[in-house]
Amino acid sequence: MSTPTLAVWKFASCDGCQLTLLDCEDELLTLASQVRIATFLEASSAIVDGPYDVSLVEGSITTAADERRIKEIREQSRTLVTIGACATAGGIQALRNFADVDEFASVVYAKPEYIDTLATSTPAAAHVEVDYQLQGCPIDRGQLLETLAALLVGRKPRLPAKTVCTECKLRGVTCVVVAEGIPCLGPVTHAGCGALCPTYHRGCYGCFGPAATPNTAALIPVLRRDGIPADGVDRVFSTFNVANFAAERNDT
Amino acid sequence: MNPETRTIAVGALTRVEGEGALRVTLSGGVVESVELNIYEPPRFFEAFLRGRAYTEPPDLTARVCGICPVAYQISAANAIEDACGVTVPEELVALRRLLYCGEWIHSHALHIFLLHTPDFLGYPDGISMAKDRPDLIERGLAIKKTGNRLMEQIGGRAIHPINVRLGGFYSVPHKHDLDPLAEMLRRSLDQATDVLQLVAQFEFPDAEFDHELLSLTDGERYPIENGTIKRSTGKPFQVADFSEHVVETQVKHSTALHATLDGQRYLTGPLARYSLNSAALSPVAREAAAAAGLGAQCRNPFRSILVRAVEVIYAIEESLRIIAEYERPARPFVDVPARAGIGHGVSEAPRGLLYHRYEIGDDNLIRSATIVPPTAQNQAAIEHEMAELVETNLAVDDAMLTSLCEKAIRNHDPCISCSAHFLTLTVDRK
Repeated sequence: MSTPTLAVWKFASCDGCQLTLLDCEDELLTLASQVRIATFLEASSAIVDGPYDVSLVEGSITTAADERRIKEIREQSRTLVTIGACATAGGIQALRNFADVDEFASVVYAKPEYIDTLATSTPAAAHVEVDYQLQGCPIDRGQLLETLAALLVGRKPRLPAKTVCTECKLRGVTCVVVAEGIPCLGPVTHAGCGALCPTYHRGCYGCFGPAATPNTAALIPVLRRDGIPADGVDRVFSTFNVANFAAERNDT
Repeated sequence: MNPETRTIAVGALTRVEGEGALRVTLSGGVVESVELNIYEPPRFFEAFLRGRAYTEPPDLTARVCGICPVAYQISAANAIEDACGVTVPEELVALRRLLYCGEWIHSHALHIFLLHTPDFLGYPDGISMAKDRPDLIERGLAIKKTGNRLMEQIGGRAIHPINVRLGGFYSVPHKHDLDPLAEMLRRSLDQATDVLQLVAQFEFPDAEFDHELLSLTDGERYPIENGTIKRSTGKPFQVADFSEHVVETQVKHSTALHATLDGQRYLTGPLARYSLNSAALSPVAREAAAAAGLGAQCRNPFRSILVRAVEVIYAIEESLRIIAEYERPARPFVDVPARAGIGHGVSEAPRGLLYHRYEIGDDNLIRSATIVPPTAQNQAAIEHEMAELVETNLAVDDAMLTSLCEKAIRNHDPCISCSAHFLTLTVDRK
């Protein structure tokens, strides 16, 4: 069997999710001996043409050229995995979807007419079929390694669709809501981080995006009770996964 | 083909963070124009920050850059704390500095070993170097890991840490939590010192540039998490007057704004920081710099790899100092009550000075936000360097010239994700 090829692609993003691969200091060289890293612009000047066995896609689609590029990447990739909140939900730059992008451009740029951008920031799945997705802003290193290892041996990656709340209980962390009345999005947020924020005495702020069927209608009164003002409720759901929370909330 | 009218076009510039291109136009052997073309699509941070709660910018602006999120978090916190008139106690500032040292170690190690070293040794990337040069890559990855573990311990995770808030942290470590880190840091100090000696044996092209230099300065200490502004020739100014001196203008070929300092090109980042502050380095870092052949100043961008390695040594030593002096603060943060007004915040990101300015309204919401990232500040200086390099190397063939320009851009570790808010290289010879 020939060595599988891996390609890493970037769209509108902060580079943090592809950096996660380079942050696997203990596993990077082992991984590089098992797969051929064919295209990874951030890390290498060697660029090999497709097709590729696995493509990791970071970032959201915000330009017409990128709408075309994601389709070309799909055609060249046997398995396509989106990594991170930008690629799976449009990212924080999807705040434009709920505003006037021309007005946004005029705030940042003196000559907005030079800026070529779409009115929306959308996930890859809005344009092409996606095989697996890793949520999170940023993704979890363990989940990335699990996914690559699974694809290497030809099994499905284990990406449990539970909530941060479940992970928190499993870890035995004292509930910050029950014990201290700290507002926490753990009950409606997708698992994957290992309930990081509560272990640091902070409420979950939803960076992994919505879990399956998030019951925001039940959570919002608790958030209000614990001090989130009426106009703050929308803000807490309007961050890195704004578009997915907007689509999945059952309170509106 | 007339040699006077050659055109060179290169695919994507690699081993940088983000997306961009370079176009050099030559007419009769004279450089007509140089355009660093940043096509990273804009994400409009300064627009969507309006109307957000005054507590949100540290978490939101971290997402400008996955390589240097702590820089964004700290500059944002500094600015808002300034607007609200709050001074963060020394012991919490020390913990911020410790977290920031983690980011310097990880970010510099990434650039030195995985992105920059391959240029000097003729490899396409760090990973393919590993077999031949484990002395560099394995040690490099070990140093990088130390930086990341430090960020994970203090910040919760290495990319977009979750533990930073206005006034300090959500929680602070116990002294015994830091012992294993100190052990890792001590090992990495030896590794970093050995590696600097290896890197010092690389061949460096002669190239010095006369940019004005801009960085922070912080009394007796090398500037990291805050400071006052220092420059090589012009008069120093207050952080609050930053926007009077540094003006961002838009150019058609880039989604990143171009900054000038009093109307002139200038350089921020490791070369500027080192040249203006080398006297404030720790004795071990100063000795290591001297042994690597660095003087009190360094104006050759190809030698910036040495400066970064010296800064890694400094950041490791500084981390060990902070850990040795650490006493767990009684409270993880001080309250930062909202106050309407304007605040300015600066810090030294691994790539240079990062300025944030926020205006907070009576409703405790952000009314306006300005972020001036290091790579935007350096664009004019990088374009100037490319013009000089091309003009002094007209005799070399197109492939060599292209490769030289790519390397020269990488000297500055440009973070295009930050500045746009990557690089294709085109040389037009008319």
